[in-house]
Amino acid sequence: MSAESTPEAFRAELRAWLEENCPQEMRDGKMTEEGICWGGKNWTFTSDAQKVWLERCAAKGYTVPTWPTEYGGAGLNRAQEKIFYQEMSRINARRPVQSFGIWMLGPALLHFGSYEQKLHYLPPIARGEVRWCQGYSEPGAGSDLASVQTRGEDKGDHWLVNGQKIWTSYADKADWIFALVRTDREAPKHKGISFLLIDMEDPGVETRPIKMISGISPFCETFFTDVKVPKDQIVGEENRGWDVAKYLLTHEREMISAGGAGLSGGGRALGAVIKDTMEDLTDATLRADAMRCEIDSLAIGLTLERYKDQAEAGQGAGDASAMLKYMGTELNKRRHELMMTAGGSDALEWDGPLGNRAGDWLRTKANSIEGGTSEVMLSIVSRRVLGLPG
Amino acid sequence: MEKLVLTEEETMLADMARGYLDGAAPVAKLRKMRDAGETHDAALWKEMADMGWAGVLVPEAQGGSDMGHAAANLLAGEMGKTLTVSPFISTAVIAATALRQVADTRAEAALARIAAGEATYALAVDEGIKFDPEAAQMTARADGNGFRLDGKKQFVVDGAMADRLLVLARSDNGLTLFDIPADRAGVTRDRSNMIDARDAARITFDNVEATGEDVLGQVDQAMTVLKPALMAGQGALAAEMTGLAAGAFDMTVGYIKERKQFGIEIARFQALQHRAAHLWCEIEVTASAILNAGRMLDADPENAALAVSLAKARATQTATLAVQEGVQMHGGIGMTDAYDMGFYMKRARVGAEWLGDYSYHAEQVAAARGF
Ligand SMILES: Cc1cc2nc3c(=O)[nH]c(=O)nc-3n(C[C@H](O)[C@H](O)[C@H](O)COP(=O)(O)OP(=O)(O)OC[C@H]3O[C@@H](n4cnc5c(N)ncnc54)[C@H](O)[C@@H]3O)c2cc1C
Repeated sequence: MSAESTPEAFRAELRAWLEENCPQEMRDGKMTEEGICWGGKNWTFTSDAQKVWLERCAAKGYTVPTWPTEYGGAGLNRAQEKIFYQEMSRINARRPVQSFGIWMLGPALLHFGSYEQKLHYLPPIARGEVRWCQGYSEPGAGSDLASVQTRGEDKGDHWLVNGQKIWTSYADKADWIFALVRTDREAPKHKGISFLLIDMEDPGVETRPIKMISGISPFCETFFTDVKVPKDQIVGEENRGWDVAKYLLTHEREMISAGGAGLSGGGRALGAVIKDTMEDLTDATLRADAMRCEIDSLAIGLTLERYKDQAEAGQGAGDASAMLKYMGTELNKRRHELMMTAGGSDALEWDGPLGNRAGDWLRTKANSIEGGTSEVMLSIVSRRVLGLPG
Repeated sequence: MEKLVLTEEETMLADMARGYLDGAAPVAKLRKMRDAGETHDAALWKEMADMGWAGVLVPEAQGGSDMGHAAANLLAGEMGKTLTVSPFISTAVIAATALRQVADTRAEAALARIAAGEATYALAVDEGIKFDPEAAQMTARADGNGFRLDGKKQFVVDGAMADRLLVLARSDNGLTLFDIPADRAGVTRDRSNMIDARDAARITFDNVEATGEDVLGQVDQAMTVLKPALMAGQGALAAEMTGLAAGAFDMTVGYIKERKQFGIEIARFQALQHRAAHLWCEIEVTASAILNAGRMLDADPENAALAVSLAKARATQTATLAVQEGVQMHGGIGMTDAYDMGFYMKRARVGAEWLGDYSYHAEQVAAARGF
């Protein structure tokens, strides 16, 4: 599909392609966490349809529609991207694959990576072949992320990495990790960090799962003991990893907030979700809460759109993405509280009549913690956007 | 559809408007008018007309600048920031949109007068305490070739000063919209003493004569004309309220950066920082809904209802929060009449009710979203 084709032609072409290529099983608005395809070396597909759908999308560059074709994308411009997601959600199509590689590492590599790094790391992400995890947090470095202590010693052609990460989601299932490592212990805290790419199969890397209150998608402790990391696996400059880390975080925040606006997971209107359980939304309090949620969710969705349009016009959101993260995740928690209320006692069982609604609800509680807490987002807005004194 | 970013022309228009209003219509001006018991400044409105604002929705053929709804919303937003007093929404937005639905020579002449700043309008729909146009009980009794209007309207914004009134009344088989001069025999206007010091009236119609000429659009078909006009007004009002929220917010942030307690600026307290940041987030999100409503009204008016109600609902909620936080963070001084914050609070309360409150628009959104 050429970047020059008119929007109408593009839509028609895309629609026909989706009609022909998107398996019926992949058109399911009610998808839950277990239905997500994360890809990776050891991924086992839950169905043939899931596999076929990924392969067909990857061949067209539709797993990462806006990435350049050279790196496995479809090279879509902003207008085409909009149409792409409209058409996908029109038929309730699932994302063929989701991953930290697509949401976080990819954008950071596209911005900071060398040409060789892009060619080497991006296409496998686009094809869903390599799964990445994020090694930022440590027991002593959460909100105060820049105080990471995992250290990398310069050994000439490699770094020797030692330390511990925590809350690394899916580290036990990931093939690679992007990690913040202190490579200069004398420098001020933001100036001595490097951004390293580490193979999880390297000797000395070890993970231990931690179970969440939701019972699903465990995260891990990740340990590094004398891990040798070749020098060409650094992104950006030595000791300048904080810039990469922050850039990546803005993408992580936008991604998390999109979930909050109810735009992921098929993008179903709250009313429709609630109607799965209740005949009519006649309970006055619930109805009022649901209307408020829906209004906020539509407005936040439009804000995401506006920020994307602004970015395309060269007005990057920068620190304002903290706003999206904060508003989106707080909203998502409200949505899920409502869905629990609407589900009543049916929603209280792990595998009850509504599937895992309770698990999803519990999982949303992490939205306002992961990727930076709501309090931290508000601090970013107040200091960097409003210029209030620190 | 246009993107959700301001175009270069739109940015210029907003900058220009801000520059002008800061000088010609700051909050101090509203205070002065209130103290003098005035609710309309003819000279100010004339200047706005000369800049093309009165004709923002009037076709160029009738002397308008025809800039569209997104532009009208931008202007309304800037007026909201400084609490400008003008009949912009009633006249340039609501009446002009209504008249535009009717393509006859009389309507065209009326549009030309609006663009030239020679005629101001007020919309008389409310009869009860809540916005509910379809429930209008005022009667338009057929009488020969014309009608006799009887009934009462309240909360007619700009109704005390307007030259003309758009009046909604119940005819034999539906609702009919009339466009009549405000001084027609049988019309009695009592100026309402509004908390926000803007112009409004309670109006009594006692056996008022109306001809077929006075009917806007078709008899019994008021909504065809009124609905687009209401949506345009609701969109612009939402924009004004969001501008108001931004104005109150700027004032508040400015204040907490200056004010000291415990030996430091109060803006250093995280409790206040986070509330200010939250408020900014709310305003930013609402701004998207406003821009979207303007784009929809311009590009696809038939399907703009959801976008408009979303904008008005969000704007109502956001402005309410902005003025409540504004007064609170100002402490005692925020409660004084001598300080401007109270003006924002009162205007926000009136805006919240006009053309449908939060619940009204939330129900519209719910209906559109299949609740
Ligand atoms: C489900 C989930 C998945 C995650 N996945 C990953 C991952 O894949 N990789 C990874 O690296 N990390 C991951 N994280 C970690 C996440 O980024 C951290 O949990 C988060 O940054 C908060 O750090 P913390 O847990 O140490 O909390 P703390 O920083 O200890 O915060 C505790 C409380 O104090 C508040 N607080 C802290 N500092 C301030 C302040 N200055 N002002 C006001 N309040 C403050 C916080 O808001 C919070 O309420 C994940 C977390 C969750 C919950």
